Amino acid sequence: MAIDIKEILKERILVLDGAMGTMIQRHILEEEDFRGEKFKDHGYSLKGNNDLLSITRPDIIKDIHRQYLLAGADIIETNTFSGTTIAQADYHLEYAVYDINYESAKIAREVADEITALEPHKPRFVAGSIGPTNRTASLSPDVNDPGFRAVTFDQLVEAYKEQVIALTDGGVDILLVETVFDTLNAKAALFAIEEVSEEKGKEWPIMVSGTITDASGRTLSGQTTQAFLISVAHMPLLSIGLNCALGAAQLRPYLETLSDKAEFHTSAHPNAGLPNEFGEYDQTAEEMASQIEDFLSNGFLNIVGGCCGTTPDHIKAIADVAAKHKPRSIVRLELEADGQAS
Amino acid sequence: MTKYNSSLQLSGLEPLIVTPESNFVNVGERTNVTGSRRFAKLILEDKYDDALAVARDQVEGGAQILDVNMDEGMLDGKEAMVKFLNLIAAEPDISRIPIMIDSSKWEIIEAGLKCVQGKCVVNSISLKEGEEAFIAHAKKVKRYGAAVIVMAFDEDGQADSYERRIEICKRSYDILVDVVKFPKNDIIFDPNIFPVATGIEEHNNNALDYFRATKWIRENLPGAHVSGGVSNVSFSFRGNDKVREAMHSAFLYHAIQNGMDMGIVNPAMLEVYDDIPKDLLEMVEDVLLNRRPDSTERLLEFAETVKGDGKKLVRDDSWRKESVEKRLAHALVKGIVEFIDEDTEEARVKYERPLKVIEGPLMEGMNIVGDLFGSGKMFLPQVVKSARVMKKAVAYLLPYLEEEKAERLNNPDHNLGAEDSGRKILMATVKGDVHDIGKNIVGVVLACNNFEIIDMGVMVPADKILDRAIAENVDVIGLSGLITPSLDEMVHVAKEMERRGIKIPLMIGGATTSRIHTAVKIDPVFSGAVVHVHDASKSVPVAGDLISNERKEAYYASIKSEYAQLREEHANRKQIKNYIPYSQALENRLKVDWENKEYTTPTFIGNKTFNEYDISEIREYIDWTPFFQTWMLKGKYPKIFENEVIGVEAKKLFDDAQVVLSEIIDKNLLYANAVVGFYPANAVGDDIEVYTDESRTEIKTVFHSLRQQGKKGDGIPNMSLADFVAPKSTNKQDYIGGFAVTAGVGIEPLIEKYEKDHDDYNSIMVKAVADRLAEAFAELMHAKVRRELWGYAKNENLDNESLIKEDYQGIRPAPGYPACPDHTEKAILFDLLEVERNTGITLTESFAMYPASSVSGFYFMHEEAKYFGLGKIEKDQVQDYAKRKGMSVELVEKWLSPNLSYDV
Repeated sequence: MAIDIKEILKERILVLDGAMGTMIQRHILEEEDFRGEKFKDHGYSLKGNNDLLSITRPDIIKDIHRQYLLAGADIIETNTFSGTTIAQADYHLEYAVYDINYESAKIAREVADEITALEPHKPRFVAGSIGPTNRTASLSPDVNDPGFRAVTFDQLVEAYKEQVIALTDGGVDILLVETVFDTLNAKAALFAIEEVSEEKGKEWPIMVSGTITDASGRTLSGQTTQAFLISVAHMPLLSIGLNCALGAAQLRPYLETLSDKAEFHTSAHPNAGLPNEFGEYDQTAEEMASQIEDFLSNGFLNIVGGCCGTTPDHIKAIADVAAKHKPRSIVRLELEADGQAS
Repeated sequence: MTKYNSSLQLSGLEPLIVTPESNFVNVGERTNVTGSRRFAKLILEDKYDDALAVARDQVEGGAQILDVNMDEGMLDGKEAMVKFLNLIAAEPDISRIPIMIDSSKWEIIEAGLKCVQGKCVVNSISLKEGEEAFIAHAKKVKRYGAAVIVMAFDEDGQADSYERRIEICKRSYDILVDVVKFPKNDIIFDPNIFPVATGIEEHNNNALDYFRATKWIRENLPGAHVSGGVSNVSFSFRGNDKVREAMHSAFLYHAIQNGMDMGIVNPAMLEVYDDIPKDLLEMVEDVLLNRRPDSTERLLEFAETVKGDGKKLVRDDSWRKESVEKRLAHALVKGIVEFIDEDTEEARVKYERPLKVIEGPLMEGMNIVGDLFGSGKMFLPQVVKSARVMKKAVAYLLPYLEEEKAERLNNPDHNLGAEDSGRKILMATVKGDVHDIGKNIVGVVLACNNFEIIDMGVMVPADKILDRAIAENVDVIGLSGLITPSLDEMVHVAKEMERRGIKIPLMIGGATTSRIHTAVKIDPVFSGAVVHVHDASKSVPVAGDLISNERKEAYYASIKSEYAQLREEHANRKQIKNYIPYSQALENRLKVDWENKEYTTPTFIGNKTFNEYDISEIREYIDWTPFFQTWMLKGKYPKIFENEVIGVEAKKLFDDAQVVLSEIIDKNLLYANAVVGFYPANAVGDDIEVYTDESRTEIKTVFHSLRQQGKKGDGIPNMSLADFVAPKSTNKQDYIGGFAVTAGVGIEPLIEKYEKDHDDYNSIMVKAVADRLAEAFAELMHAKVRRELWGYAKNENLDNESLIKEDYQGIRPAPGYPACPDHTEKAILFDLLEVERNTGITLTESFAMYPASSVSGFYFMHEEAKYFGLGKIEKDQVQDYAKRKGMSVELVEKWLSPNLSYDV
């Protein structure tokens, strides 16, 4: 990327986009939309495989990207949350993983460049979204066999490598390991990224975003926020943050921890509140933005956006408050330590 | 400089931060097969539960890092390491602290690194095999995100002097920092703790050299930490714990003074420095600091006089003194299996009947677990662990339960209680959802409570759940799901239960489910009992109430009224809209160029029957893939036969089906009947007017279609089946077709015969084959319609594969399916085609077709006609639809409730 995102992060708070799934749902797509021409003969139902739409309905995905960019997002996430062979196995689409990631990156790149050309003072970035997969490396799915694992670290590394290669081939600026509910999965993703970087001889800024699942303040795999931070801090991350599962208000104590402890930039993309009894998110853009303004006025964050249930309206409201506040300042990590200083 | 710059940060489930101000970090050493004979024996005998208890002892005893070592010749060290670390990961009160992966073999270390989510410590790497291996290993350690212990060891051997120690440590440090770019704070040196008082003169400076090297490292290698295995130092005094404990404490005292900040110490083998008797302390320090030439002799002499048993384990065992109920609860909450058998036995004796133990103290313990989980004070892995303790307790009680049951069976005067007769619960994660952790927990907890659990796994479609529920005659069905769409699927299951007249009580659980959703969406569509279960612990009393003969009626009534009230409260709330008005949806209809379309007049107007159709011809049209799905074999025919796992089974099943099919054909066991009809038709709004004849003056009947009302993206129409027929205003001569086929006439005696023989396999096989035949017949008739009867695609030439893929023009949607979800339209279709008279298929009061192996639907010929799903519709359309159909709004809402965007 021509412009160094780290320089921009010194100046202002960057805005990440909002939910992809929520926007896709507005279209009420049918099996045929997901299949398109390319997968019309696939022997299994593909409905609900949102990542596939980057190939079969790129018009919709590009439109969503555009809406978020126009709402003020600096960074858009590729439509690749489930773009691993592990996650796509549910649809028997392992073979399509490269294309899903490559095409998703490519169309996001196109739209981001299009908007950057319109507003050169505000360059737009593309983050390759790397989801958690649907298997956990440090939890057993079988209560009677706690030592069992449905997926191994090596399998995860292999799957993530494939995704990372395709995303970077497709032209992403950033890699975003997100919705981490099992830190071991995230470590496998980071391991894969480093291997790809080594093989390609190029490095990409990495964002990591974990998920605190409930009031226990822990990830699904049981780690506290700080333990999670420590477990992924071996990489020179662009940012560490939290997303999903909770709304902004519920995330506050954990973001405060990250802001206090992390030597990286911090990010948050909360849900639009907690789901109501029907699993819908009904927090308004204004309400969410006011909760986020609280974080920003306390200097907790460098990057902010939205997860489940958020829309361009939410991102617009968030971008408006983000513009009013200074980014969190991070004291640069001084590797020089004499071991005696306090 | 921030406060973190010089800290070593590690993590298990919780952080461990070692700053210069931190106290000494204590590494637990008992889970080490080279250091603990007991632990080695447990691992070799595969007693991993007991091995975990050793780990727990270490944590409860104050270990801040847990050292795990599986280097034992008789052991597959890699496998043991992976197994033990994975088991530890399931024990939150152990895995809360960071792990130290300890091995002299790199492959074991790397296997361990792949199992640990937190930031762990590798113990150890060194220059022993040269720089190349050292660098390669260090790079890997960094990539896995671990800290590392570096032994003072190089190509020439282990450092045994002060000078060698600092030389190797400096060299290692420089390589790590300059070449590998290893974070300085993540480097921990182990400058070798060797025994003292061995009687060999060269060993006299062993402790002192370690202290001096430690001081040098901390002063000269910024960021680096110093560790060591402390028990080595007292090797000469094995068997004399009193002296060893004093030596460890004194050694640590001095090492820490010199900058050692971490060490492998058995906290149980540690005296408090200030509590060491002064005379012993003096002699020990003489030895450690090599203060006098006769120090070794003096200490050996003294040791003879103080042979004591040393200090007791410092873990908190006070809970063992509590009552048996409290002990059981403690074990459940903490997930401790160690004493569960003895405590359960004690409770069994006390409570006389084994079931009382389960219903009493064990359930009370699980209730505490449930409450703690619900309030966020316990988290998932702990609950899973608690369930396991429960299971062990129940396993212990099982023989007694059986014994009691047998006794009661032999006693004709003793009435079998209801609790023993029917307690079967079917559990399933609904279709489209792969999450089953919660369901598994509930299953285990229920199984622990003497319920028989039939677990159907994940992604189970409604019909499979219900078929199984009926086949197994279960008492309760438990539905689980985590993702939002599962909510709708649960409603669907409940609706299917209603439609099929199944009255089995339903339990609803899972992360996105709620009492209010159950009350508003599920309860109203199901006349039987449905209860939302908040968590696993609540599942037992709920299931008990649902089944109990005495309590169930009252319970059903109270749940129904509770949910009715919730609905009422909910009705006053506001809704969010994502829909467009019906009038707008109508305008956004599918645009078809009706002017320039080709219209084909069918070869006849009216109905035509095709009875006792040749099944051997239908057979050629069978799509076998769904047949395998019926049998839960996932895969596409015929590729499924090549599948490594299920291929052989699939082939066997397929061969059996061929036998059944041939028998059906040879012996004329089943009859296939069909009726097809064509009529002049035109669309009027969303109605399709069907005319008696070509004059199009007399309306014979009207089909009512529904239009998608969700907000669509630009250029995407809101579809309706009415879009596929030319509107009346175009004055075009268009047509609609209808059909009903069955392949199930005569199936009852066949099934009866198999069921009498308890031959479930063939009974299901016949049904499955008949279903496939019905679908094949529908496909066959559709082809016939396209090519001959309607004849709009006379030149079509497709193989079976292409038929399955629906590569042809026109569709045959069925009432009750996504494009027209209203089952009541089937009645209109049946009237028009005189289906009952023509084919023998009847409609049940829920508009289900009987025999079940039947298919009915409409024919649309135009190429624009595509299958779609209606989705949700709004009240304005429902009102319009009711008016068009001449039905009350309430009745329409009842039939269309899954498709309503609003609550009724």
